[in-house]
Amino acid sequence: MMNRREFLGVLAKTWVAATVSGCTTLRPARQGDIYNLAPFGQSRILHITDTHAQLNPVYFREPNVNLGLAAARGKIPHRVGRNLLDMIPNATPREMHALSYLDFTEAAERYGRVGGFAHLATLLQQLRAESPGALLLDGGDTWQGSGTALWTRGQDMVGASNLLGVDVMTGHWEFTYLEAEVLQNAKLFNGDFVAQNIKAKEAALFEGIAVFDEDSGHIFPPYVIKSVNGRRIAVIGQAFPYTPIANPSRFIPNWTFGIQEQELQSQVDNIRASERPDAVILLSHNGMDVDLKLASRVTGIDFIMGGHTHDGVPVPVTVKNASGLTVVTNAGSNGKFVSVLDLEFGLSGVSGYRYQLLPVFANLLAADTTMQNYINEVRAPYKHLLDEQLAVADTLLYRRGNFNGTFDQVICDALMQELDAEISLSPGFRWGTSVLPGDPITMERLLDQTCMTYPETYVREMTGSELKVIMESVADNLFNADPYYQQGGDMVRTGGMNYSCEPGATMGKRITDMTLRDGRIIKDSATYKVAGWATVGSSSTGPAVWEVVADYLRDQQTVRLQTLETPRLKGVANNPGIADYAGKISG
Amino acid sequence: MQTYTSGLSRRGFVKGMMSIIALSAMPFKLLARSATAFKATTTKDVYKELFGDLPMVGSSDIELKIPDIAENGAVVPVTVSTSIPNAEAIYVIIDQNPNPLSASFHLTPLIPAEISIRVKMGKSSMVQALVKTADKVYTTGQEVKVTIGGCGG
Repeated sequence: MMNRREFLGVLAKTWVAATVSGCTTLRPARQGDIYNLAPFGQSRILHITDTHAQLNPVYFREPNVNLGLAAARGKIPHRVGRNLLDMIPNATPREMHALSYLDFTEAAERYGRVGGFAHLATLLQQLRAESPGALLLDGGDTWQGSGTALWTRGQDMVGASNLLGVDVMTGHWEFTYLEAEVLQNAKLFNGDFVAQNIKAKEAALFEGIAVFDEDSGHIFPPYVIKSVNGRRIAVIGQAFPYTPIANPSRFIPNWTFGIQEQELQSQVDNIRASERPDAVILLSHNGMDVDLKLASRVTGIDFIMGGHTHDGVPVPVTVKNASGLTVVTNAGSNGKFVSVLDLEFGLSGVSGYRYQLLPVFANLLAADTTMQNYINEVRAPYKHLLDEQLAVADTLLYRRGNFNGTFDQVICDALMQELDAEISLSPGFRWGTSVLPGDPITMERLLDQTCMTYPETYVREMTGSELKVIMESVADNLFNADPYYQQGGDMVRTGGMNYSCEPGATMGKRITDMTLRDGRIIKDSATYKVAGWATVGSSSTGPAVWEVVADYLRDQQTVRLQTLETPRLKGVANNPGIADYAGKISG
Repeated sequence: MQTYTSGLSRRGFVKGMMSIIALSAMPFKLLARSATAFKATTTKDVYKELFGDLPMVGSSDIELKIPDIAENGAVVPVTVSTSIPNAEAIYVIIDQNPNPLSASFHLTPLIPAEISIRVKMGKSSMVQALVKTADKVYTTGQEVKVTIGGCGG
């Protein structure tokens, strides 16, 4: 692994852009300014995803644990740190920082914050100016993730999406507002909100709920054809297939989701036959592993531009299927990246492409005035709440990774202390920004980690065997060898409890040696007082999690983490998806 | 489903289907061996009751539409259709249910070989769709996961 000196030392290095080309020769794409792209092809597709309502620039640490198992072992996106950077030898130090957790604090101080819609707007204008009619796609998880998004029920983000000029969008956390609110937001959105895999449940159709298409039962248009510099591009929407399972179905009781592979195949076939598009793109919120499997089974899709799993993928993956090739990408999260896909066309559709994942560094891009004014305006009524300084971070706080991040540990510690529980559970969401050591933890940063429509906390007695069932179920949602059975979140975070985990084992056999923090064995039949939040089934009754954690933080001036509770792992010692692990690994 | 819905909206089709399902669900000609098969507690016993010594073969001519992960284990939508000629009956078997045989549909040449039902699943299981002809039983299957929710990225 590269040490800090080496990492920062490559700063002066000149470089040739890591360009991936389809059927064309490699050519340097950028000269000088990292955002100045050499011309290529006729049509440009721009893709953002999973910005999680981060209107202003943030820090976001990429994971050091993102395990791939079975066929996914060592494959993109399951490579972290050096193991990922090794695949892009020409990356600049700035790009290395964007793509990895390595020396995160020092590099973050050097290169500054990422994303922010005003900076994103400037970059997108520049990228559009280079290629007439460039199309902007948004993979969803845009209208949730901040205090203002929650308090305006997503509407501040609909406004931001419109200002940004998003042309086509699909969703996931967008569906955690109420059904009527989701429909209203989609209506206020100026682009096309598409989803081939959301339909009315049959009983709901019977009762007469609003649908886009009476024949098919689709709630939203399944696809749209856009003209991009004279070329017809079909964009099919694939919303997060497991929304009613991973999130409360009570908010959207009339809708049914699923991967809908067979439906997608007939959709693609129909579009190819009737619309004669020059390219077919699936705008997907499946998660990268699901997209890779789907690409191997569904034919006729040129590109799957994906999100959900928050993987910043610098090198797209080409997948073979029965009738050709499908290229799969994923564009990270939190506004940190814009992916740029330039297309060349031959006699029968796409003949070549260039793909680049551009990191959005706020200090390299002037803030767009119109967007910044809009952001300031929507934040103004809430600014005093957002800016409250709760405590100062003593160490780097982050979430992303398969197991507890440091910010999760703070949440878990807070739940245990404030709600007087011996164990706490916190969901393994992949959103949540990072706080550098010495920086204040404001209410806004806490809301980045917790803000959603079902934040209520609970405290209840659970038996050891109930705890084990929860741990095993979540582990299977993350580590099942078949991606179609994965839901795309990380492992449930635990406080006051440790365990061993063998990710490569089968359901029911992954979690062993569950102990309390003091080492006592957790017994199947004994009961434990457990605190948690974000219940999916029915609403809990406790205060919102951010209120609980805010109280905990206000009591301390500086947050000092005593321990980071990380499970002992088995069977992943040489897995390229784990590095610098804080816990123990055997075998 | 499209094949049989020409000229009908999905809403209209659903209304129509509901009455058909209600009819099909009635034991209009339930054979005695089906009745015993519904009480069997293992898939093996269901096979024995329904098919005796008929050979069973995997088939790609049966389309089984069912979610990979159930949105609600209490009502899992299943659609089975087949292009196998002279199909006499369609069965749905859920290996891990206390009584694995969930549904049995006896076809006549006038009924299109497509059924659509809701099944209840207590836990994750292989779900099988079987099509019986006079001399063979054709099968396909899919694992369906019934899981606790939460933790979506």
